[in-house]
Amino acid sequence: MKEITILSGKGGAGKTSVAAAFASLAKNTVYCDNDVDAADLHLIFNPEIQEKHDFSSGSKAVIDPEKCSVCGLCTEHCRFDAIHLNKNGIPEVNPFQCEGCRLCERICPEQAITSIQFNNNKWFVSKTRFGPLIHARMGAGEENSGRLVTEIRKKAKEIAAESAADFIINDGPPGIGCPVIASVTGTGKVLLVIEPSLSGLHDAKRLFRLVNSFHIPVEAVINKFDVNEELTLETEKFLNEHQIPLLGKIPFDTVLVESMVNEQTIVEFDPGNRISTAIKSIWKQLSEN
Amino acid sequence: MEIDRIGGLRLVLRHQKNNTMQLAIASGKGGTGKTTVAVFLFHFWAKYKNRSVQLVDCDVEEPNAALFLSPLRMKNKKTVYQYIPEIDTWVCTFCKKCSEWCTFNAITIVANRKFAEVDNTLCHSCGACLVACPENALTEKPHPLGAITHYITEDGNFFSEGRLEVGSAMQTMLIKALKKEVRKKENITILDSPPGTSCPVVETAADADYVILVTEPTPFGLHDLKITVELLHELQKPFGVVVNKAGLGSTDVYAFLEENNIELLGEIPFSREFARRYSAGELLKEIPQELEKIYRNIIESVLKSTQKTVEA
Repeated sequence: MKEITILSGKGGAGKTSVAAAFASLAKNTVYCDNDVDAADLHLIFNPEIQEKHDFSSGSKAVIDPEKCSVCGLCTEHCRFDAIHLNKNGIPEVNPFQCEGCRLCERICPEQAITSIQFNNNKWFVSKTRFGPLIHARMGAGEENSGRLVTEIRKKAKEIAAESAADFIINDGPPGIGCPVIASVTGTGKVLLVIEPSLSGLHDAKRLFRLVNSFHIPVEAVINKFDVNEELTLETEKFLNEHQIPLLGKIPFDTVLVESMVNEQTIVEFDPGNRISTAIKSIWKQLSEN
Repeated sequence: MEIDRIGGLRLVLRHQKNNTMQLAIASGKGGTGKTTVAVFLFHFWAKYKNRSVQLVDCDVEEPNAALFLSPLRMKNKKTVYQYIPEIDTWVCTFCKKCSEWCTFNAITIVANRKFAEVDNTLCHSCGACLVACPENALTEKPHPLGAITHYITEDGNFFSEGRLEVGSAMQTMLIKALKKEVRKKENITILDSPPGTSCPVVETAADADYVILVTEPTPFGLHDLKITVELLHELQKPFGVVVNKAGLGSTDVYAFLEENNIELLGEIPFSREFARRYSAGELLKEIPQELEKIYRNIIESVLKSTQKTVEA
């Protein structure tokens, strides 16, 4: 079983569209939407949810104004500036700033602080026309998206092991921070989707450095390559220098958006399209390497 | 609306105090055009309104605004450190109190092997372990979290950027540090937010007086816009929406805005030529007149909207 994580650094480079297109080609594969912050793969997969799970992102402190003696110890110790005096002069926790470390709760001499668990995140195991999909929905403004990614990847691996799947495809989050680190750790291979723009290349380089530090093999595709052929050349030069195999170049065509509007992958919507042809060749190499 | 009342109140206070306003540009989905809109607003606001304007790139994982602003003159650069405790195993009695207090599971203690270590990627630097340790066996050591750089643009405006160290998982901590570092005197501060709807976005938008959401009229764009709208309701922030790449996809986004009584601040039509100019970093060169007009209108709409909340 091979686990492939699709990443780009920059958002909007085409990770999800590429991942969805692979789904039309791959057989015996488990899919996992690692972009838990802004999950979109389900919009094309049209999942039938079979299991629903809660995921606790941690706890938030709450101060009981009846017990509080306003000694100021909690405010002094909170490193997240989450405790402020309210208009009655009583300390109050801003739940969006509280990271749930529970230090204030432990040091309060009046035992006026308690922590409440937040169960605002859900994750799902679903049946789709392509195979099992594990996906999540984070509550707005929640923390610990990295831990949620780790959790759903664990489930994807279990399902893949049970069903003797050949592949797990992770549709990754943008950036290089905690959710990306969680989606890269221990994966078999990373597919970089690079958009040939100054920003796309800049972000792909930072991401490559990150993935490289984990000693995970990287392969690449250039998406929308004909939007700027000059930068495509520069991107190819970068890939060459770092011996990153370029599996293919995907042209720009607004038909991709049309397929999305129709809740279909590009391969389903327009199998003869140049994008579909490019992706077929990319998937062949990616799955056989 | 409740949001307008509370957000408006905050805005009144700030306006009265020092005549400044903070705008966050956010989106949910990546690649919808946050940075593009932020860069243009930065450019045109300074040009039209004769106000001091600064741009702050809070997308510390992928800071891209600088690519569109050259030539930039660097004013000052500093490295920001995260302080992560180290355990002195010579002093440690392996009582495990620190690991019991660590809610992030960052501390591993194996008493019979005299092993005690803090995992750098899990530590949030909350300081709980330091308070927990009865032996004073922990000392915090600096680890680079990223860099904060301040620049001056060709037009003489301030631009600041946070750049996360590759390998660090603490992007929110850097955004917090960046916000503390930026100038407080400018009339208008534009914060270019990271994508998504979790903690880094909350950190960026936390002090904003008004949020401009940038979306694209595709199903992915609309889906992520909806989650972001939910977040802004929770944060009680007034906001409006800019539809970028208009003409692509479907018209569902307009129906959503109408149904939910959300202000459409402006529409920027999709153009392949524009996509090419973006890719080459040439946003501010030979700006087409129609585009200039669109941004002028967006600025007027934002001003009207914020004025309305101030008066409400």
